[in-house]
Amino acid sequence: MMMFYENVRLALFSLKANKMRALLTMLGIIIGISSVIAIMTVGQSMTYTMTESMASMGVNNITVTLQQRPQEEETTEEGMSFGGGMGRVMMEEKDLFTREMLGNYCETYPESVAGISVTESLGQSKLQDKGLYANIQVTGVSLGYFLANDPKLLQGRYFSGAELDEGRKVAMVSDIVVDNMFGGDKEEAIGSMLTVNLGDKYFEFAIIGVYEYEQNAMSFSTASVKDTVTDFYIPLNTAQEISHSQGFSNFTVITADGVNSDAFAETTAGFFAPYYRSNRDFEPTAFSMASMVEIMSDMMSTMTTAIAVIAGIALLVGGIGVMNIMLVSITERTREIGTRKALGAPNSAIRLQFIIESIVICLVGGLIGIVLGVILGMGAANLLGASATPSVGSILLSLGFSMAIGVFFGYYPANKAAKMDPIEALRYE
Amino acid sequence: MSRRTMIELKDIYKRFYIGTPNELTVLKGINLTIYEGEFVAVVGASGSGKSTLMNIIGALDRPTQGQYRLDGVDMIAAKDRELSGIRNRKIGFVFQTYNLIAKTNALKNVEMPMLYGGVTGRKRVNRAKELLTMVGMEDRMKHLPEELSGGQKQRVAIARAMGNDPAIILADEPTGALDSTTGRMVMDLFHKLHKEQGKTIVLITHSPELAEETERVVTIKDGFIIGERQGAGI
Repeated sequence: MMMFYENVRLALFSLKANKMRALLTMLGIIIGISSVIAIMTVGQSMTYTMTESMASMGVNNITVTLQQRPQEEETTEEGMSFGGGMGRVMMEEKDLFTREMLGNYCETYPESVAGISVTESLGQSKLQDKGLYANIQVTGVSLGYFLANDPKLLQGRYFSGAELDEGRKVAMVSDIVVDNMFGGDKEEAIGSMLTVNLGDKYFEFAIIGVYEYEQNAMSFSTASVKDTVTDFYIPLNTAQEISHSQGFSNFTVITADGVNSDAFAETTAGFFAPYYRSNRDFEPTAFSMASMVEIMSDMMSTMTTAIAVIAGIALLVGGIGVMNIMLVSITERTREIGTRKALGAPNSAIRLQFIIESIVICLVGGLIGIVLGVILGMGAANLLGASATPSVGSILLSLGFSMAIGVFFGYYPANKAAKMDPIEALRYE
Repeated sequence: MSRRTMIELKDIYKRFYIGTPNELTVLKGINLTIYEGEFVAVVGASGSGKSTLMNIIGALDRPTQGQYRLDGVDMIAAKDRELSGIRNRKIGFVFQTYNLIAKTNALKNVEMPMLYGGVTGRKRVNRAKELLTMVGMEDRMKHLPEELSGGQKQRVAIARAMGNDPAIILADEPTGALDSTTGRMVMDLFHKLHKEQGKTIVLITHSPELAEETERVVTIKDGFIIGERQGAGI
C-alpha cells in the first residue's frame, strides 16, 4: 500500500518532469475519452428529450395512419424489373378514413377507446389588426385532441360538443397570440373576434379560450417569442368545411387506462383492414406511442454506440501511444531500474511502478478528456435544443476504460523493465 | 580468531557465452573468506574479473559453478526473489557513478532501500535524516542529485547504502570519479563506518594507495586470486 502511494507520487513526478511529452502522450487518450463522453452526452440528452416529449404526448396513444401498400414487382417485356414502392400514389378522398369508420370503431371498442384525436391542418396564417400581428397555424381538432395533448387552459374554456358538431367559427388561441394582439389581456381576448386569412378567403372566429404555449424539442425554432408560430385551434368540422374534405389521413386513439396499447394497436389495425381490402394503394397501420418511444430510443442508442465504438478506436490508438512512450521511458531509465534492483527492489515492485505510471498517464488523460467531453457534449446538446444530461455511467465507464488501457498497454513495457538484468541495466549508458 | 564468517566463496567459476566458440571463463576457482567487521580491498587491473566477483558477492549475478554463503545463507540455492531481499537487507552498494535516482531528492534517495524493505512512514524518514546527518549532508536533504557535486552525491549514496543497516558494504571504485580531496573525504567516511559501526566493507579498486588503507588486500589477475596480504591500515 505504501509502495502504491510512493509509486503514484513518483509517476506524477515524472509526468511533471516531462510535461510536453506527457501532454502529447495523453492527447490520444484525451481525444478518445472526450469524444466518447461528448457523443454519449449528446446521444443521451437527445434520447431523453425525445422520449420525454413523446411521452408527454401520451404513452397511451395509438397513432393510426394510411400507408402505401408495397407494390408487386413488375417486369417489363425487356426483362427490366422495377422495384415496388418507388412511385408515390397521391392520396385521394376515397382513400381516407371516414367519420363512419371512426364511429363504428368507437362503438366496437367502447371499453378501450377513451377518445379519438383527429386534426386537420389548414396551414399557416398571420393575424393582423391595426399594425398588430401574430403568426398562427390553423388546426382543426376533435374533442379527443385535448385529451391526447392536454394544453394548459389559461382563460375561457375548451370547445363544447355542440360547437364541434355544428362546426361553429370559434377558436382557442395561445397566450402568445393574446400578448401580440391584445396586449396580454386575456379577459379582453375572450369573446373577441379575429379575422383569419386562409388562401384567398377571410374567416371570422370568436375566441373562447386561451391556452399556454409550450415549446418542446420537436418544435424547436430560432424565431423570437413574438414571431413564434402557435396553434390556432378551431373545431374539426369547421376546418373540414373550409377545406371541403370529409375524411382523415390519420388520427390518434387515446386508450382507456389499463389497456395494453401495444396489443390494442394491432387490434385497431385489424379493425380497419377490412375497409381497405379492395384498396390497391393504401392500407391502415397503427402503432402505439409506447412502441414509438421504444423504437426511437433504441435507434438513438444504437447510433450512439456505433459512434462511441469509433471513438473507442481513437482510445486504442491513444493506448498504443502510451505504450510507446512507456517503452521510451524505460529505456531512458535503464540505469535507474538497475539501481533499484541493486537496492533490493523485487521484479514485482519494478513492474508495479511502471504499470502505475502508465495508469496515471491514462487516468490524467482520461480526467482531462472527461472534463473536455462534458463541456463539448453539453455545448452540443444545448445547441441542438436538448436539455443536456452528462451521463454518469459513461463517465465512470471512461474512467474504468482509461485505467484498463493503462494496465493493458503498460503491462508489456513494465514487464520488460521488471525482467531487465540488473548488471546490464547498471552498465547501460 | 573466532570472528563470524560473513562471506564465504568456494571454488567459484564464472563463464560467459557458454557453449559458443567465444566461451570465456572470467573467474577461475576463486576461494575467499571475509569475516565480520573486516575492511577488505579487492584490487586488479581492468578485465581481471574483479567486477564480476563483486557482482557475484553483491547477489546481482550467480556463479556458473561453486559455493557461496553470505552471512550463513546459501546464495546458490536462493531464488531470485530471495536474492532481491538479501540485496535489500544485507548489502549496501556504493557505485563509482553514484547511481542516485534522478529528479528525486537526497532524502528520497536514502529512503529508497527502506521503502523496498517495508520500513514505514516517519520511521523511514527519521532514519534517512539520521543517515544524511552522519555523512554530513543534513543541509542538502531536499536537493536533487543534479544540484549536488560528485563528492556530495557519493556521500548521499553511502547514506543510502546504510539504509537497512546491511551486513556488508560493497563499494565499486567509489572514488574513481572524484578528485583527490573529495575522494579522501569519501574514504574517511568508509573508515568511520568500519571503525565506529563495525561494518564489513569490501572495496573494489585499482588504486594501490587506497587498497593500502584497508586491513587486507586481495589481488586478482586473470580470474585467479594471486595474492593476499595485510594492508597498512590508517
